[in-house]
Amino acid sequence: MTRTIVVVTAGLSVPSSTRLLADQLADAVAAQVGARGEAARFEHVELRELAGDLATFMTSGGMPTQRLSEVRDLVSAADGMIAVTPVFTASYSGLFKMFFDALDTDALTGMPVLIAATAGTARHSLVLDHAMRPLFAYLRAVVVPTGVFAATEDFGGSTDLTARITRAAGELAGLVVSTDHVAGFGPDAGERRTPQRSAGTSVGPVTDFADLLRGHAG
Amino acid sequence: MQFGIFSVGDVTPDPTTGRTPSEAERIESMTRIALAAEEAGLDVFATGEHHNPPFVPSSPTTHLGFIAAKTERLLLSTSTTLITTNDPVKIAEDYAMLQHLSGGRVDLMMGRGNTGPVYPWFGKDIRDGIKLAIENYHLLRTLWREPVVNWQGQFRTPLQGYTSTPAPLDGTPPFVWHGSIRSTEIAEQAAYYGDGFFHNHIFWNKEHTEQMVRLYRRRFEHYGHGSADQAIVGLGGQVFMGTTEAEAKRQFRPYFDNAPVYGHGPSLEDFSTMTPLTVGTPEQVIERTLGFADYAGDYQRQLFLIDHAGLPIDVVLEQIQILGTEVVPVLRTEFERRRPAHVPSDPPTHSSLVAAGPDAPHHLVEPARATLEAAASEGARA
Repeated sequence: MTRTIVVVTAGLSVPSSTRLLADQLADAVAAQVGARGEAARFEHVELRELAGDLATFMTSGGMPTQRLSEVRDLVSAADGMIAVTPVFTASYSGLFKMFFDALDTDALTGMPVLIAATAGTARHSLVLDHAMRPLFAYLRAVVVPTGVFAATEDFGGSTDLTARITRAAGELAGLVVSTDHVAGFGPDAGERRTPQRSAGTSVGPVTDFADLLRGHAG
Repeated sequence: MQFGIFSVGDVTPDPTTGRTPSEAERIESMTRIALAAEEAGLDVFATGEHHNPPFVPSSPTTHLGFIAAKTERLLLSTSTTLITTNDPVKIAEDYAMLQHLSGGRVDLMMGRGNTGPVYPWFGKDIRDGIKLAIENYHLLRTLWREPVVNWQGQFRTPLQGYTSTPAPLDGTPPFVWHGSIRSTEIAEQAAYYGDGFFHNHIFWNKEHTEQMVRLYRRRFEHYGHGSADQAIVGLGGQVFMGTTEAEAKRQFRPYFDNAPVYGHGPSLEDFSTMTPLTVGTPEQVIERTLGFADYAGDYQRQLFLIDHAGLPIDVVLEQIQILGTEVVPVLRTEFERRRPAHVPSDPPTHSSLVAAGPDAPHHLVEPARATLEAAASEGARA
């Protein structure tokens, strides 16, 4: 079964070092998924192309544009995510945050996510753990232990960037390929094994009114 | 089919002059809009209810009572009545009183408010929003239908031997709509009681409206009130008209660009594509509005928002005139032309509900209960 991995990047220039890092991560994840006997398909979401849609969403009381709705569906239907942002003013960029603000709170529930960031210097590297990790924890995503931070200097010279990319990609591939949700087998903790995800783009299931009225009918 | 105006009642500076009307002027304007609606041959005027600036309509029954005294035919409604933070006992009394004063020209639309702090201001918790809407509305229905009420719930002090006065006019409670943009629970609530469902889709895309209305229609049928296409649906709309599309856009654009809800955001053109907003000729408004039935089905009430964002009162009155003379007469004919015979044209009114008699389902607190119980015993027999 081909796994779909959505690659969300918030680089602003074309080409951007953020996209460059994202592409390296995607290649590494493809190799790691392949090594586990499965195939991966990558869907790229360049947030720069959604900047106007996101501004419209924010200034119209949360009404998604057609394109934003399509991306929301794409994201929530994916098997995993690679999220890469440039560091702006000690955190992820505003554009990056706007995108995640525009998702439903259940949009990423249980989704394996690889976080990565780029910056001019290595002094910003804690952005991964102080900003990105809490964001995805709030959204109940499963963030892989290794985050990948690339300062400008990492794109040249001898650094261990490639090793970090490989390790993070292996962690993401492991989660994406994991097959522990074969129905009817294994321990039952009383909860549904498959996380319930919602893109927020369609009207959800209806609760029967008898349940809503229970305890309120006087 | 009913056509009308609904007003938010915002006090907004006119962006072309910088002038802000006083609260007194704005309230007076709302009255003039209602009177003009009747004069222009429209059917309904609905006022919002808000408890925060820059909005003036905090006391809808006071205002609607005043308008009732100055009109003959106009149906008075709300958009919306806060079923969450108002005491349902006071809603029962206030709107029954308005029924008597207006000769039954009243219905109302339940909603949950436009701002979070309205909950704590009235001693409620916003996290209980849906539960409040459910419990309070059930109590409201009971107060209008049972002469003596003994009641205990989660949110209000219990009632022992309480009688709401005055009783509804002719022993017939007003028809109720439930307005909700996104909450499926509210569509379900409207369906359960066989009430109307209003989707104010002026800030929303039609794909979403379609899903919400379809959900309501399906559940209306499930609860035994009729077939899905007979469910009572109302829609919002937002229009501005001129002699040409270019002229209408030229005149409306500064108001759009600075509007409180969507100003400084999407362009007028984008917003017109995304939502039902139509800025153009009366013919364009007719064509667009008729299109609503393509995704919402044949429906019973169309309300237009025309007086927000600081538009001057003279311009608003002119828009009502155009609606009444050039748009609504055509809409009436065309909507009836496409409507199947078994689909009601009008929502229930006081006279139709009185005519249906005291044994009609409208007089039951839970009209669906008999249907559900019959279905359950049918299932047990089978």
